Amino acid sequence: MKLSALQQSYLNRRSNSFRGSAQLDSAADGSVKSPAAVFWLVLHGVCCLISLVLGFRFSRLVFFFIFSTSATNLYTAPFRGAAEIASHLDVRSTPVTGAADRVVVGRHGIRIRPWPHPDPVEVMKAHQILERVQREQRALFGVKNPRTVIAVTPTYARTFQKLHLTGVMHSLMLVPYDLVWIVVEAGGVTNETASIIAKSGLRTIHVGFRQTMPNSWEGRHKLESRMRLHALGIVREQKLDGVVMFADDSNMHSMELFDEIQNVKWIGAVSVGILLHSTDSSATIQREGEEESTPMPVQGPACNATNKLVGWHTFNSLRYAGRSAVYIDDRAPVLPRKLEWSGFVLNSRLVWKDVDDKPEWVKDLDELDGAGEEVESPLSLLKTTSMVEPLGNCGRQVLLWWLRVEARSDSKFPAQWIIDPPLDITVPSKRTPWPDAPPELPSNEKMSDGAQTQDQQINKHSTKTKTPRTRRSRTKRRHDTKVIGVQASTLSVSEQQN
Amino acid sequence: MDFWKWVFFGFLCAALVLRIGAVELGRNQPTERISGSAGDVLEDNPVGRLKVFVYELPSKYNKKILQKDPRCLNHMFAAEIFMHRFLLSSPVRTLNPKEADWFYTPVYTTCDLTPNGLPLPFKSPRMMRSAIQLISSNWPYWNRTEGADHFFLTPHDFGACFHYQEEKAIERGILTLLKRATLVQTFGQRNHVCLKDGSITIPPYAPPQKIYAHLIPENTPRSIFVYFRGLFYDVGNDPEGGYYARGARAAVWENFKDNPLFDISTDHPTTYYEDMQRAVFCLCPLGWAPWSPRLVEAVVFGCIPIIIADDIVLPFADAIPWEEIGVFVDEEDVPKLDTILTSIPPEVILRKQRLLANPTMKQAMLFPQPAQPGDAFHQVLNGLARKLPHDRSIYLKPGEKLLNWTAGPVGDLKPW
Repeated sequence: MKLSALQQSYLNRRSNSFRGSAQLDSAADGSVKSPAAVFWLVLHGVCCLISLVLGFRFSRLVFFFIFSTSATNLYTAPFRGAAEIASHLDVRSTPVTGAADRVVVGRHGIRIRPWPHPDPVEVMKAHQILERVQREQRALFGVKNPRTVIAVTPTYARTFQKLHLTGVMHSLMLVPYDLVWIVVEAGGVTNETASIIAKSGLRTIHVGFRQTMPNSWEGRHKLESRMRLHALGIVREQKLDGVVMFADDSNMHSMELFDEIQNVKWIGAVSVGILLHSTDSSATIQREGEEESTPMPVQGPACNATNKLVGWHTFNSLRYAGRSAVYIDDRAPVLPRKLEWSGFVLNSRLVWKDVDDKPEWVKDLDELDGAGEEVESPLSLLKTTSMVEPLGNCGRQVLLWWLRVEARSDSKFPAQWIIDPPLDITVPSKRTPWPDAPPELPSNEKMSDGAQTQDQQINKHSTKTKTPRTRRSRTKRRHDTKVIGVQASTLSVSEQQN
Repeated sequence: MDFWKWVFFGFLCAALVLRIGAVELGRNQPTERISGSAGDVLEDNPVGRLKVFVYELPSKYNKKILQKDPRCLNHMFAAEIFMHRFLLSSPVRTLNPKEADWFYTPVYTTCDLTPNGLPLPFKSPRMMRSAIQLISSNWPYWNRTEGADHFFLTPHDFGACFHYQEEKAIERGILTLLKRATLVQTFGQRNHVCLKDGSITIPPYAPPQKIYAHLIPENTPRSIFVYFRGLFYDVGNDPEGGYYARGARAAVWENFKDNPLFDISTDHPTTYYEDMQRAVFCLCPLGWAPWSPRLVEAVVFGCIPIIIADDIVLPFADAIPWEEIGVFVDEEDVPKLDTILTSIPPEVILRKQRLLANPTMKQAMLFPQPAQPGDAFHQVLNGLARKLPHDRSIYLKPGEKLLNWTAGPVGDLKPW
């Protein structure tokens, strides 16, 4: 009943509206009304019907399609129905502004291309543009006329050598200027060192030094100074031109250091952060309570308010007196010298022979060679220390850090850190790291298996990581999460099957 | 004789060619001189080339309005207030109106702000009309030319059409009384009712102290390819899109929202200025009106502006060769924006950056207090000076009336 009532009222409304328009029509016939106005009324009625039938949005869309002149629409298929309706209605459009080439006010379509995602070729081109812009920026605001950096590194073969040298090597590989790396090795040139530095791709000069590295820190510092002087001798011999910096193999350098040292004229000093790893910190804290506040662990030039060099911040070793390391593997803090070599940079021309414009306050390198006393820092090269240029915002910026970490003197490590042949030391494990391993084989079979796997290992010993994986694939596919367990316990696995 | 003539001719040609794009090594960066169409007009000094007389209007037209709402000093329409202050203490000001070339009426029509800070233009036509009635009755200079040697600052969205909605603004048209005066406005679009011939387009006001407080070292590498922060859809006024920015901003979003080269979003980061200095291109698309303060920010921070606004007239277009400095992209080419930008040769990009690095270019876009040589105030005066001397025909015969004082909507005629 209700429905029919609704329907009735709807019909009434419809007939009312038509009657209304019919009345108007008759009125139009009676009065002097233009057919265009009538036409607009009829159109209005039709659009009301469309609204009722299709909904409000669609009728607005119809109007949009009729009245927008310059829009190119990329909406998808369902909307094309409305477009067809629009095309059937032949209506004169009235743009809001006049001429055809003017920008039209009103609703425009949102233009979306068929595949609105990044194009890899475009992305590469954009990166090349960025690279070019950044190169130009470096050329404009970076260092003008960059000089070659000559890095001097004294080293010797030991457990931690690969760790330290890899760090220095990567820092030097990132330097954006020309670089010459002079590596002086105590005990003569070894393959270990040579293989490490060959990977750098830098221009290297690898020389050996007759003496082997002693086991005490005192001795080590002395020998390193002599090795550095030897390297300076090479600079002089080969007339290498550039800025000499001392990159000790366990130090850490920031990239700003290399930009800053380009500004040196003759001899410059930078601030070095001193990192001591003290093992018994509890004892030190108690003692600190009595003294004044801890001094900052920075070595370098000290300036007054007008940025002129007035002195030096040196390392105060009195606090650690008696508790510092004597031998290289002591578990005690390793102390630096008063002023470390790494905090100084020199113009290579200072060590050249027979150069006219060398300043008169510098001694000749030959004078230091035969000297009985130890050369502690490059300051010994100078007759007066007032000509040292403080770099890094007058020593306020710490541009590199000094650290000494070494392993026990009796620590053995695999040559070039490659396990070949497998180690003799066996540590049998009672339990395998993974649950579904095959049961333990009887010992004689284990021997033959072990021999087989040994052969396999000898054949495929290129990298340590490959062997465990191939063996795993022979037995079963494991979870990836077990990989860590595999690498850590390769030895145990191989020993288990031996 | 002929030979020497040819030599002279050749010398002139060479001089003409060499003048363009002379590279001079600045203190920090090699910059290129901006040679506009009329020569190096950005560096002209207007002092001595014109005289401006400033009418003394009662403070209800300027000071009292500012006292009611001091926010007017910081929004992008503040140029009208600062221009007044600049002219009061400038050497081009003259206290003798008989020797003045130009007359300035200090009326702040864009200072009636909503609580949000947006100016309402509904009372502005009445305010302007009332000011003009005052000056025409108290001084004889308006009636002499019916305003042809007067200039007014109308920095609102659509200039002297005094409305923020484009359709209504077009309907109103420029206020009848200002039809003969020179208008200094931020709006500029070719073949538009609200841009009168001979108007001077100025950049929107951007506070210079805020800009200088956010400078970063010049050697910071520019690592962002395209940068934009702002609305793409104006959900409040145009939820479906297609109306706001003529659909151009929405097209940018839909086409490039997942493109790693385009750093675009609706965020309001605190590092907005710093990020612009790390970008190579900055988008300056139209919004409800074609002009935007982004252009000023891009120029000051050395980011190449990408102007997406058909038929826009940029500030000081007769003095600054915008085609050589920015990249113009038609609204219909927005889907191809990445192709367009990556196909610009790197030398062209570097040249644009050199032109942008020129300090005269940056200075011309700003309104510093106190005024400095070459800034936007001086460029406005240069523009006015270039229009001198006035044509004899602007002077009307006594009693002659060209403007219809009662034209326009009835609401405008109510006294203010």
